Amino acid sequence: MSRHYPPDAKWHEMERGGIIPQAGNATEYTVGGWRNEHPVRDNECCIDCLFCWIYCPDVAVHIKDESVKYQGFSSDHCKGCGICAAVCPKDCIEMVPGGEFQPDEPGQSEEE
Amino acid sequence: MGKRVALEGNEAVAEAMRQINPDVVAAYPITPSTEIVQNFAQFVSDGQVDTNFVAVESEHSAMSACLAAAVAGGRVMNATSANGLALMWEILYIVSSMRQPVILTVVNRALSGNINIHCDHSDSMGARDTGWVQIFAEDVQEAYDNLLQAVAIGESMDVRLPVMSCLDGFLLSHSYELLEVESDEAVREWVGPYKPLNPMLDISDPKTFGPLDLYDYYFEHKRSQLDAYPPAKEAIIAEGKRFGEAFGREYGLLEEFMTEDADFVMVALGSTCGAIRDVVQGLRDNGVKAGLLKVRAFRPFPAEEIAAALQGASAVAVLDRSASYGAHAGPLYAEVTSALYSYGKQVPTNNYIYGLGGREILPDDLEQAFGDLQKVAESGQPAEPVSFLGLRE
Ligand code: SF4
Ligand code: SF4
Repeated sequence: MSRHYPPDAKWHEMERGGIIPQAGNATEYTVGGWRNEHPVRDNECCIDCLFCWIYCPDVAVHIKDESVKYQGFSSDHCKGCGICAAVCPKDCIEMVPGGEFQPDEPGQSEEE
Repeated sequence: MGKRVALEGNEAVAEAMRQINPDVVAAYPITPSTEIVQNFAQFVSDGQVDTNFVAVESEHSAMSACLAAAVAGGRVMNATSANGLALMWEILYIVSSMRQPVILTVVNRALSGNINIHCDHSDSMGARDTGWVQIFAEDVQEAYDNLLQAVAIGESMDVRLPVMSCLDGFLLSHSYELLEVESDEAVREWVGPYKPLNPMLDISDPKTFGPLDLYDYYFEHKRSQLDAYPPAKEAIIAEGKRFGEAFGREYGLLEEFMTEDADFVMVALGSTCGAIRDVVQGLRDNGVKAGLLKVRAFRPFPAEEIAAALQGASAVAVLDRSASYGAHAGPLYAEVTSALYSYGKQVPTNNYIYGLGGREILPDDLEQAFGDLQKVAESGQPAEPVSFLGLRE
């Protein structure tokens, strides 16, 4: 199901008040192209406190079985803001110059 | 049954708010509207209402909290004046864009500078393009009645717009008048329970509120907002009529006083209409066919209705209690003459700016303006488009 109006929706076909009648449509808006540095996590140091996961403004920290360890960051949605690195209590996340996640890093693209 | 009591304008507004019993009031005090919030806060602390009262740190926060509470799904009210309204500016637009029926009492006061706490309409007029419905009261009874109707108008399902219920600072807010206050039961029955539309707290049906809206959809959303104002006009008429049926005092977009056969008509907003009524009566007693056209609803602007009401006049005076700096005339004049033009009516129309910062307007001033109109009609030449009443010049 599409979570937003089709691009040719007419004004009288849209819900008033600028509301989008569905939720969760931010997943369809990608900000990965904004990134000029990207997060790299040291999985040895990570204690799975999930601070990075909850603070990420773009839901770009992936999680599985209540663990972020060994999960990627979303290449489409990580905008490289560095909030995850700033909130990590163990300083396990480093912001590395360059927009591209590298295949040998635990941050390669993994889409939901 | 209602009862006849003497109340100040601010007390009457607070009483209406107590009877409406809104879910949330978030407010910050400013003269001359302070007593409304002060009296209402007393009702909250005495347990006379169920309202969640939020004491915020500024008017910007007040309107932000009101918006959030309305989006969540509550009936929300607030009161302010002048610089307080100015500090709400950013959020006023967002409330109307999100089609939230927040009700705001504006006790009209001059905007600074220089600093002045007395009445003029520069505050409401500055907010005339914010998308709020604006209704002006002539006296304390109307301030009370208008607030009850504001709730019903804003909450009409095909309207869903915020409403400013305006009353003149000090002239009405701090003047005692005898008025009819209806019983709590009758008011609650007339206003009815709040029916939220798309409440955010309905988590069984989640939606997206206030998203980023760029060149791809914003224009369509604004066009859809414009569609709310014709129904708002209908709702002002319908609720004014329904109010009349329930309480015996009927209201509309305009009030015409002796305009039917009038040669000279004065158009005005707010409490000055009371003085004009008196002057019109005096002129009629002397055989001058004078009339008053009171504009009760300034937004949505009743352009077609005003043009029709001025159809038979040979000269018109529009009184503005604010200036529009850099414009060719005052805001009410600009809209009235534009309405005449749009509906194909040519009539010489003078503009009078008066009463800025609480300057008195006296019957002599109004008679002088009616005298100008007689000269204009005789000569067929319009006078100076803009002149001033009560100014030392
Ligand atoms: S840098 Fe971190 S917090 Fe910022 S978007 Fe990317 S994953 Fe999220
Ligand atoms: S904030 Fe740091 S320690 Fe906590 S889960 Fe994220 S990377 Fe691991």
